[in-house]
Formats: sequence, C-alpha cells, structure tokens
Amino acid sequence: MEYKPVLQTLKRIGSWIVFPLLSVGDIVGRKTGRNMPRLTLAALGIYLYIYVLGSTGVFNGYVMHIINLSLIYVALAASLNLINGITGQFSLGHMGFAAVGAYVSGTFTTLLFKLNPSVPGAYLVFVGAIVAGGVAAALMGVLIGFPSLRLKGDYLAIVTLGFGEIIRTILNNISYVGGPRGLLGIPKFSNFTIIFAAAFLTILVIRNLVHSSHGRAFLAIRENELAAELAGIDTTRYKVLSFAIGAGFAGVAGGLFAHLLQMAHPTQYGFMGSVMVLIMVYAGGVGSLTGSIIAAFSLTFLSEGLRGVLDGLGELTNLPLGDLRMVIYALLLILIMLFRTEGLMGNKESKLLMLPEDKR
Amino acid sequence: MSALLSIQNMTHFFGGLKAVSEFSFDVPEGVIYGLIGPNGSGKTTTFNLITGIYNPTQGTILLDGKDITGQKPYKIVRSGIGRTFQNLRIFSSMSVLDNIRAAKQYRAKSGLLSSVMRLPGFMAEEKRIREESMNLLEVLHLADRADDAARNLPYGDLRRLEIARALATQPRLLLLDEPAAGMNPKEVQDLMKLVQRVRDEFKVTVFLIEHHMKVVMGICERVKVLDFGTTIAEGKPEDVGRDAKVLEAYLGRKGAAC
Ligand SMILES: Nc1ncnc2c1ncn2[C@@H]1O[C@H](COP(=O)(O)OP(=O)(O)OP(=O)(O)O)[C@@H](O)[C@H]1O
Ligand SMILES: [Mg+2]
Repeated sequence: MEYKPVLQTLKRIGSWIVFPLLSVGDIVGRKTGRNMPRLTLAALGIYLYIYVLGSTGVFNGYVMHIINLSLIYVALAASLNLINGITGQFSLGHMGFAAVGAYVSGTFTTLLFKLNPSVPGAYLVFVGAIVAGGVAAALMGVLIGFPSLRLKGDYLAIVTLGFGEIIRTILNNISYVGGPRGLLGIPKFSNFTIIFAAAFLTILVIRNLVHSSHGRAFLAIRENELAAELAGIDTTRYKVLSFAIGAGFAGVAGGLFAHLLQMAHPTQYGFMGSVMVLIMVYAGGVGSLTGSIIAAFSLTFLSEGLRGVLDGLGELTNLPLGDLRMVIYALLLILIMLFRTEGLMGNKESKLLMLPEDKR
Repeated sequence: MSALLSIQNMTHFFGGLKAVSEFSFDVPEGVIYGLIGPNGSGKTTTFNLITGIYNPTQGTILLDGKDITGQKPYKIVRSGIGRTFQNLRIFSSMSVLDNIRAAKQYRAKSGLLSSVMRLPGFMAEEKRIREESMNLLEVLHLADRADDAARNLPYGDLRRLEIARALATQPRLLLLDEPAAGMNPKEVQDLMKLVQRVRDEFKVTVFLIEHHMKVVMGICERVKVLDFGTTIAEGKPEDVGRDAKVLEAYLGRKGAAC
C-alpha cells in the first residue's frame, strides 16, 4: 500500500467516527459538568477507529498485535504508576504480579477447563479466569504490601525485586504449569476488544481513584508519609491497598498477555520485564496516567522496531545484537534521569483525564 | 476549668539520652498555652510523644480523660489532636486545596466502589469536602491560592497552610511547633492575631512551642519552660519572664535566644 492513500483513509475514518463522538462527549460533558462522558466517548471513538482500521486491513495483523501489546503495557504501566508514582512506593517486581495473573488464568482456561474458543460460553469462562487471575495477583499485592510498611526506598526496591524473582523461580519449578518449558497451548482468547476494555478500565479506575479521598490519601503518603499519618490518614491501610489494586490490574494484564501469546513462560516475567514497565512509568512521568499511556505505546513500538532492525543487523554481521535492546533501554532510562527527570508529562494529565473543576 | 490534655509523669529516652524527664502537666480547655526552652530541651520530642510518633518510655497521656498513650498517630489525630511541624512537612506537589482535602480523608464515608463509579453520594460528599476546605482556606487567607501547587507558595503562606491542614482534621487541641519561625516582624504580628482568631473561631485549645518571646508574652495565657527535659518554671508569662532559673537557662548559658 502506498503512503498517501493510507493517510487519507485514516483521516476519513477519523472524521467519521472519532470527531463526532468527541463532540457529543464534549457537549454532554459541558451540560453535566462531568468529564466521564467525554472520556468514555473519546475512548469509544479511539476503539472504533482502530477496530475499523484493523478489520479493513489498513492495519495488518502484525500492527494490530503490537497495538494489543501496547495496550497491555498501558495497563501494566498505569497500575505500576499507582504504586510507584502515585503512592510513592518503589516497586521493582511488577511483572511478578502479571505472572500470577497469567498463570492462574492460564491454569483455569488451559489445564482445568480445557476451553475451546469456538464453544459458545467459553468466552465468559475466560473472562472469569482473567478476573480470578487479577484477584490472585491482588492478594499477592497485599502480601507484598506488608514489607512496604517497614521498608522505604532502596530497601523496598530490593524486597520487591526479590519477590519478582521468587515468583519466577517458583513457576520454573512447578511441573503442573510446565516448569521451565512454560505453560503452553493456552487458547487464544485475547483480542483487541477485551484488551482495549481492560486497559481503559485500568486507566478509568485509577484516574477516578486519584480524584477521590482515597486518591488524596495515596498522594499524601508519597508527598510526606509522616505528615499524611498526622493528617489522620491510616497510612498502613493505604499502602497495602495501593499494592493490592496495582497488583490486581497487573494480574489482569498478565492474563490477557498469556491468552494473546498463547503461552506463559517464566522468563517473560523476570526482572528485565519489570524494568521495562518501570521505564515506561518514568519516561511518561511519575504520577501521570497520560504519560504512562504515551510511553507504553512509544516504547512498545520502539521495542518492536528495534527488534527488527537489530535482528537484521545481527544476521548480517553474525553478532548477537538482539541483546543490545536491553542496553538501549538502560541508556534511555539514564537519559531520562539526566535530562528530563520529571518524564515526558511530569505529573500533568491530558484534559480528558482531569476533572472539569481541576485547573492544574 | 477542666484539663483537655493531661500528661502524667512522662519520661522518654533516646538510647542513653533522657530527652524528656518526668514531665507532668495539664493544658486546660480553651487556653493558649506556651512551651518554651533552649534548643534541644525536649520541646519537639514532647509533641512527638503526644502525637504518638514515639512511645514514651514511661508515663501516661490523657486527652479529655481518655488514655491515648502508645496509640498510632492517625488514631490520636482522629481523637482530636492536630499539629504542625517545626520543619515544614507540606504535601508540596499537591495543590493547596488538596493539602486540606487530604486531611479530611478520614471523615469521608464513600467506599472504593462508589468513588470509582462516582456515584451521586460520592459526588455530593466531594462537593461538601471542597466547600468545607475552601471555607477553611478563606479563614486562613489562602483561598486565592487554592489551585496552585503548594510548593509555589511563599514561606509565610506555607506556615499558615500547615495550620489550615491541622485544623482540617477538626482537632480540639492544636499543637503548633514554632509557628513564627522564619517570619518577619509583620508576619509575626499577623500570626499572633491569627492564632487568637483560630482559637475563638474553631473553639480549639492551642499548645504552642515558640522561640519568639514576643509571641509567647503576647498571646500565651500560660507558659511552661523546659530545660534538659525537665520543667524549670510554669505560670503566667510575665512571672515566668522574671524567674531566675529561666533567665539563667536562656541568658546564662547561651546568650540571648530571642
Ligand atoms: N529521633 C531522635 N533520636 C535521638 N535523639 C533525638 C531524637 N529526636 C530528638 N533527639 C534529641 O533529644 C533532645 C531534644 O530534642 P528536641 O527536638 O525535642 O528539642 P527541641 O526542644 O525541640 O529543640 P529546638 O528548639 O532546637 O527545636 C536533643 O538532644 C535531640 O538531639
Ligand atoms: Mg524543636
């Protein structure tokens, strides 16, 4: 396909779907003084837009796959942002929670129920399995939240890092879920629709939480824990709660990931994976969901692009250049830390994710 | 007058250092009570003990007759003690309004689900919290900065913001740790008026630590003087100001402290 017609199609579909929905949302939003209609309709517009592009073949299967991956990373980055950026608890084991979600949901769909996607009703069981994975991960979040009550900064980072590695090691050694081979033959239930819905729900829930008394408790803990406690906030409860909610959404993302790739493997959920999500949070801006969304998409696309380029170069030069990706991420993180400490967005949000009365 | 805060025989050690020594006293309801003493004499530690940041090695603390010794700070706050800090502890990247709203979190009733779904009950509560908070900011002359990030406020405003945040928890007893520190004479004047106004308008008892003798002499109705963790004088400010031991503690060892 040529470049020009693609762009024209994009524009045309955009003006048919996205803009009408956005303006309806705008009107409803202004009439009711609430931002939820605007946000929901904007999301619906974006969803339909990509869906149409995908089903008409403007975006081929590969592009749609990367978009799906990006959306899963949106959920992962946003949920880590709740723990790390909004509550200020440095966590390095986020992929551990995703692993719990992936393996628990995978166990249900693949090992226990041996679901077949073409059987009617199977999809509902799959959704149930994803929720179960999220709940299991949330419980794990509660467990990991407890060290955060006594540990701060570097020490907490080390404990959460250890947690991620422990999960990985345990999975490596349970032969029921495949051990080091991984859990294979997971049915392909994940599609653009459910992944988009999950990513949107993650963003919506965290955004609404932030704009509530609960959210202000999270933020106050990040800002100054002692002052938060002396403002009457039960900091213990809220730190554990933050881990539980963040972990729960990571679990859901993990479950969708497994049912997209049709397998779950211990190495997918190791330290480097957690670092990748962390880079997204920091690159986007600590505390900014808008930033997490932008960073998740850019870095996933960058990562896929790099994979192609590096593999090609590697074949030409006969060098293992694939591993260079991790070096590039590390460099990226260092550059962010040096030149734009606050990330792309700082702690600013796009208008869509704010409340009408909030001016900042 | 009954005692709102009553401390009985409180002692606190940091390792081998006796920071507070057999401290006993009552703060009557409705007064402005001053706590003074040279640097390192145990004033802030006393506040930290009252608010549960440390557990006293020995002794009991009663708030309105109820034993609060050893409770967690947030519980003590909820039972009616608000405080500010000697070195400011502002939620600096939150807005001025949110600094106040955060201190009202514990009174909010909406659960997680209704908050996430923004149900009518939640929206009504949010509206109420916002109004209450704006009223409070109004009283403390901070309303026009409500939407600014707290970190952008000048120092004097931050001191008032901390007082506002402490008041937002709806305390009966307000502990102020050196509220006039770092203020210029004009600001000190305003602060003195503010503290009196806050006492009358919010019906709180004020217990304050201060190095500015002008503040202590000007607004405190009773004063207690600490040195090396021990009380060396207690009474009306003008009497305490003439006390020989006090003069020695302040002037004898370290020159004019104020
Ligand atoms: N957490 C702590 N650990 C060990 N020692 C401490 C601790 N906090 C305070 N101290 C010591 O206890 C003593 C009393 O300190 P405190 O902060 O209560 O003094 P202060 O009267 O508030 O002095 P200032 O006027 O300088 O604020 C000092 O010797 C101080 O070094
Ligand atoms: Mg002090």
